[in-house]
Amino acid sequence: MLFKIGSLLMTPAARYGLLALAILFPFLASNEYQVYVMASAFVWAIAVYGLNIITGFCGQLNLAHGGFFAIGAYTLGLLTADHGWSFWPAFLAALLMTAALGFLVGVVSLRLKEHYFAIFTLCVGFIIYLLIDKWEELTHGPIGVRDIAAPYGFGLVDFTETTPFYYLVLAFLVLAIWFMGRLSRSLLGRTFIAIRNGDELAESLGINLMRNKVLAFVLSTTYAGLAGALYAGMVRFIGPEEANITHTFDMITYLLVGGIGTITGPLLGTVGIVWITQSLQFLEEYRMIIFGPLLVVLVIFFPRGITGQFLSWMHHKAQAMQPRHKARASKVTAPQEARNNA
Amino acid sequence: MNLFFQQIINGLTLGSIYGLVALGLTLVYGILHIPNFAHGALYMVGAFMSYFFMVDLGVHYWLAMAGSAAVVAILGVLCERLVFHPLRHSPPIHDKIAAIGILLFLEALVQMFWGSDFRRMSSPFTGIMNFDGLIIPEQRLLIIAGAFTLVFALQMFLRKTMTGATIIAMAQSREGAFLVGIDANRVAMMTFAISGALAAIAATLYAPINLVYPAMGHLVIMKAFVIIILGGMGSIPGAIAGGMIIGFAEAFGGFYISTAYKDIIAFGLLVLILSVRPQGLFAKGAH
Repeated sequence: MLFKIGSLLMTPAARYGLLALAILFPFLASNEYQVYVMASAFVWAIAVYGLNIITGFCGQLNLAHGGFFAIGAYTLGLLTADHGWSFWPAFLAALLMTAALGFLVGVVSLRLKEHYFAIFTLCVGFIIYLLIDKWEELTHGPIGVRDIAAPYGFGLVDFTETTPFYYLVLAFLVLAIWFMGRLSRSLLGRTFIAIRNGDELAESLGINLMRNKVLAFVLSTTYAGLAGALYAGMVRFIGPEEANITHTFDMITYLLVGGIGTITGPLLGTVGIVWITQSLQFLEEYRMIIFGPLLVVLVIFFPRGITGQFLSWMHHKAQAMQPRHKARASKVTAPQEARNNA
Repeated sequence: MNLFFQQIINGLTLGSIYGLVALGLTLVYGILHIPNFAHGALYMVGAFMSYFFMVDLGVHYWLAMAGSAAVVAILGVLCERLVFHPLRHSPPIHDKIAAIGILLFLEALVQMFWGSDFRRMSSPFTGIMNFDGLIIPEQRLLIIAGAFTLVFALQMFLRKTMTGATIIAMAQSREGAFLVGIDANRVAMMTFAISGALAAIAATLYAPINLVYPAMGHLVIMKAFVIIILGGMGSIPGAIAGGMIIGFAEAFGGFYISTAYKDIIAFGLLVLILSVRPQGLFAKGAH
C-alpha cells in the first residue's frame, strides 16, 4: 500500500499536483503573511538548488555560497538604490556579476581538493562579508542599502504586492528546478556525479576536471545570485548580515534535511524547515540547538535526507517485489534514479 | 622605535594565541584527517567556562583555567566518540557537515545560557610593566610565556613519553600504527582532549584583553585554518610558525596599513598563497 503511494509520488502527475498546489497557495493561505513566508522559502530554495549543484552533484563543499547570495543582493540593491537603474537590468547585472565572480573564485579555489577547498571557500565567504561590512564608500557598510527597487511589472502587475511577487518567485523556482532536472539527466549532470565519486576515477574516464568543476561552480553561484537578487527585490532593505556565514550553514541544513544530490530534496528541506521555524517563533534564536544535532544525526544515520531515504526505500521495495510483478516492476524507474543520485 | 617594539609584543601575543588554537586543530587533522570546524566553538566554550568559574563560582583565575580546560577536553572527547567516530568510514564531506552541526549547536547552547552580550573577563594580572619606556601589560606577557611553556610541554609529551609517541606514530602512518598494536580509539580520544584543552587555555589567556561572546570563535578558527594551511596540515612546528606569521602580519598590518582591514590580511594571504601553491606552503610538513 505504502509502496503504491510511493510510486504514485514518483509519477509526473505528482509533480504537476505539487505545482498546482503552489499556484493555489495564495488562495489557500489564511493571510498575506503566510504567502510572504512561502515566497521567502522559495527564494532560499533557489539558492539551495545552487548549492546542490556544486555540493550535491559535484561533491565540493562550498562554504562561500551565502557570500554569493549577498553579492547578488548587493549588486541589485546598489544599482537600483544608488545608481538609478531599474529592476530588470539590475537583475540581469546581478546574475552576470555573480557568474563572473563565481568564475574568478572557482578558477582559483577549484584547484584545491576537499578540505582545502572547503576551508578556502570559508575564507572567501568571510572576505565577502568583511568587504561588504567595511567598504563603506561602495556598500554603506553596516547601515545597509535602503530603497531598493521592486521588480517593474511593465504596467501589468504590481510586484510590490505580496501575491504577484509570490508568483514571480514561483516562476523562477520552477525554472530553476526544471533546469536542475534537465541537468541531472544530461551528460553534464552525470559528469558532475562522476567527479563526486572520485577525481581520479572521473579523470580516467577522460573528464576535464577543472572545466567541469568550474562550470558547476559558476552555475551554483548564478543560482545564488538569482536568489539574492530576488531577495533584495522582496525585502528591499539589505545589510552586511546577508553575507553572514550562518546563511550558508542554514542552506546546508536545508539541503541535507531534504536530500543532498536529489531533485526534490532542496525544495522539501527548505520549505519544511522554514515553516517549522516559522511555527515555532520562540525558537528563532535557538533553532540551532535542534538543527545542529539534527545535522549530525542526519549525516550519521540518514546521509541522503528525506528524498534520498525515500528513493532507496522505494528501490528496496521494488527489488523485493520484482519476482512477483516482473512486468510492473520494470515500469518503476526508482532503482536507476536512486542509484544515480546516491 | 618604541611603537615598533610595541607592535612586536602585539604580534607575539596574537601569534601565541593563534598558535595554540592552530596546534589543537593541526593535531586533530594529523590523526583523523578531519578539518574540525567545531574547534572555534570549543575555544568559545572554553572562554565561557572560565568566565562561569570565575564570576559565578568565584574561583581563582588559574583554577578556572584548569577547570575550563578539563571541561572542554571532555567535550572534545565526546565529540570524537559521538560524532566523528561513527563517521570514520563516511565520505569526507560528512565529517565537515557534522563538525558544522556541532559548531551551530554549541553556539546556540551558550547563547541560550548567557545571551549574546559582550562580556568582560577580569584577570589578576592587570599590572603594566615598564622596561625603560617600553610598556608591556602583564597579561600579554603571561600569554606569551604561557604559550611558550605549553608548546614546550606538548613537545616533551609527544617526544619523550610512550603515549605521546603513539600520537606521533598514528599521525605518520595509520597502518603502521595499527601494525605495532596502537589503539586507534585511545589515540583519537586523547588527541581531541589535548586539542580541546589547548583551545580552552588559549581562550582563557586571551579573554582578559578581549571580550567574551558567543561568536568569538569565528574569526579565530578561520585564522587557525589559514595558519595550518600555511604551515602544512598536520604539522606541529608549522602551526606554531604559521601562528607567528599571521600574528605579526596582523599586528604590523593593523598598525601601519589599516585597522579596519586587519582581519582581511590573514585571508588575503591565504588566497594569495593557495593561488600560487594549491597544496600549501609546506605541503610535506614534518611531524
